[in-house]
Amino acid sequence: MNSIQALQRMLLIRAYEEKLAALQAAGPFPMSCSSQGQEASAVGVIAALSSEDRILTNHRSAAHLIARGADPARLLAEVMGKATGYCKGKSGSLHISVAELGVVLTSTIVGGELSMAPGVALARKMRREAGIVACFFGDGAACEGIFHESLNLATIWSLPVLYVCENNQWQAFVRRKETMQTEHISEWGKGYGLPCQTVDGNDAHAVHEAARAAVAQIRDTGKPFLLETLTYRQRGHFSGDDEAHISDAERAPWLKRDPIELWQSRLLAQGQLQASDLRGLKDEALARIEEALAQAQAAPYPSPEALLTDVYA
Amino acid sequence: MTTTMTAKAALLSALHEEMTRDDRVMLMGEGVATLHPDLVMAFGADRVRNTPLAEAIMAGCAVGAAASGLRPVVDMLYAPFLTYAMDALVNSAGKLRYMSGGQFSFPLVVLANTGAGWGVGAQHTHNLEAWFVHSPGLKVVMPSTAADFKGLLKSAIRDDNPVVFLNDMTLLHQAGEVAEPDDMLVPLGQAKVMRAGRDVTLVSYAKTVHTCMAAAEVLAERGLSAEVIDLRTLKPLDMETVLQSVQRTGHMVVVHEAGPLCGVGAEVAAQVAERAFGALKAPVRRITSADVPTPASHVLEQAFLPQADQIVSAVMAWVSQPAAA
Repeated sequence: MNSIQALQRMLLIRAYEEKLAALQAAGPFPMSCSSQGQEASAVGVIAALSSEDRILTNHRSAAHLIARGADPARLLAEVMGKATGYCKGKSGSLHISVAELGVVLTSTIVGGELSMAPGVALARKMRREAGIVACFFGDGAACEGIFHESLNLATIWSLPVLYVCENNQWQAFVRRKETMQTEHISEWGKGYGLPCQTVDGNDAHAVHEAARAAVAQIRDTGKPFLLETLTYRQRGHFSGDDEAHISDAERAPWLKRDPIELWQSRLLAQGQLQASDLRGLKDEALARIEEALAQAQAAPYPSPEALLTDVYA
Repeated sequence: MTTTMTAKAALLSALHEEMTRDDRVMLMGEGVATLHPDLVMAFGADRVRNTPLAEAIMAGCAVGAAASGLRPVVDMLYAPFLTYAMDALVNSAGKLRYMSGGQFSFPLVVLANTGAGWGVGAQHTHNLEAWFVHSPGLKVVMPSTAADFKGLLKSAIRDDNPVVFLNDMTLLHQAGEVAEPDDMLVPLGQAKVMRAGRDVTLVSYAKTVHTCMAAAEVLAERGLSAEVIDLRTLKPLDMETVLQSVQRTGHMVVVHEAGPLCGVGAEVAAQVAERAFGALKAPVRRITSADVPTPASHVLEQAFLPQADQIVSAVMAWVSQPAAA
């Protein structure tokens, strides 16, 4: 993925999340958990993966899914409970998995993705299939016991897992600093004997370079790696949240370091992008989301008979 | 041809045969490699894995592996430890097929020992089967004979869904006849009539099936013919076999070792009331343990377990007080 394509993906993610937020504000509309502000982390890591790699993520998954190439129309349909959604409307926004894109799980149980990741990697390893497993989780999940069990097992069994902790400073309605004595999740990972690195999660280039090196190392050694991306959740915990717990003073420095603004400024400064092109790219992203919304709105709901299908294989 | 073996040997035999048949089947658990060097020898350390004493990640790992092409069997040792594994089993294994709109399946088996009689107390003995029966997307198996331990485990391993397979500890060392060599599958979801009878239906599973058989012997001496049904699989639950029996006998006693509230017996009784009320000549009786943690003291543990004489008394009460014509 080149620099412009990375920008396109980030703009598409932002347009999707902003549209969702607008629909939710106008309401009634199903809730979701926004990943706005975390686009660089998602795009930077996923651009380092290959098509055979597997992905597990969490409830703040829109950036990961769109970065992986998910169709915004099918995502919106899933959020709206439509039959054309990736999970036939049975997931909603919080648990969207997409087998065709290698997205095995979106977990809304905090840490559920950490629980399953070693198993997905074990299957790859034992079946001698190419590909690693990227597992995205937040600093909240890192405070779950399963984080420690997962890293320990992946290390002792030498499983090809790229653990990506998106340290976004908030754990639902709890400030990260209230739940952790240490500043970085990577410091915890070191104790389990796997390589760990912390990068600026709002710098798509830094994330991508670190992820590429980590993925290469995992492919080479078959062993896990923990990459921590320092980033920021720009919206509240979920769409119905009044965000009163977040002050402007807290937000301001992070908004100044908005990952998309940073990336486009860099491309403009380098001459890779002209201001007029940028306007075009933004319009294109907005138009694509409007078209996706129209498709999702026109899509049928599942028939009530679907209630009883897909329970057992 | 049959051979005599314990239920524990039957389980190992099933594992051996299924691991030979299908190289996607693997075993993991706290000490499975240490305790079964024969399995390691036969299938390699890759497929027979010791794990940390960390049930949550064991279960999660099994779920992830099952979603990705393996067929893991995970040994949780003792049923109360399943509480640590509940998230992966209930929230992931049971729900993710549905939540993904059928994109993924979860062919895995969770083994756990349960059942009072070993004096190990409540944190090693707890009949949790109803919890899993109540969780959508799972299957629950609880056998009573060596042949069923083997035949049901083989079916569970071949099933494309998550199966919680609960082994009553006191049954593991009981010997029974098991078919040879390796073609004996017992389908999930089929109850077995262990003893045919006319006057009363005794419904049970696991250890208390044998309690019912003992009660049936005593009842026979008193001129009463009891039919004994072993449910074998609690989910899917074979109510047809139960209903057909109750239609003939008009009397039912449900017996299990788990507590009474919202137990499997409550479900069986409710379905009989809904679907065969007209056939009932007396109210359904449940004989279960008390709603207490399993005690360790042998005396208390025996008081906790349903006893054959309780079943006999329940049936004799109907005989001594016949329903109004």
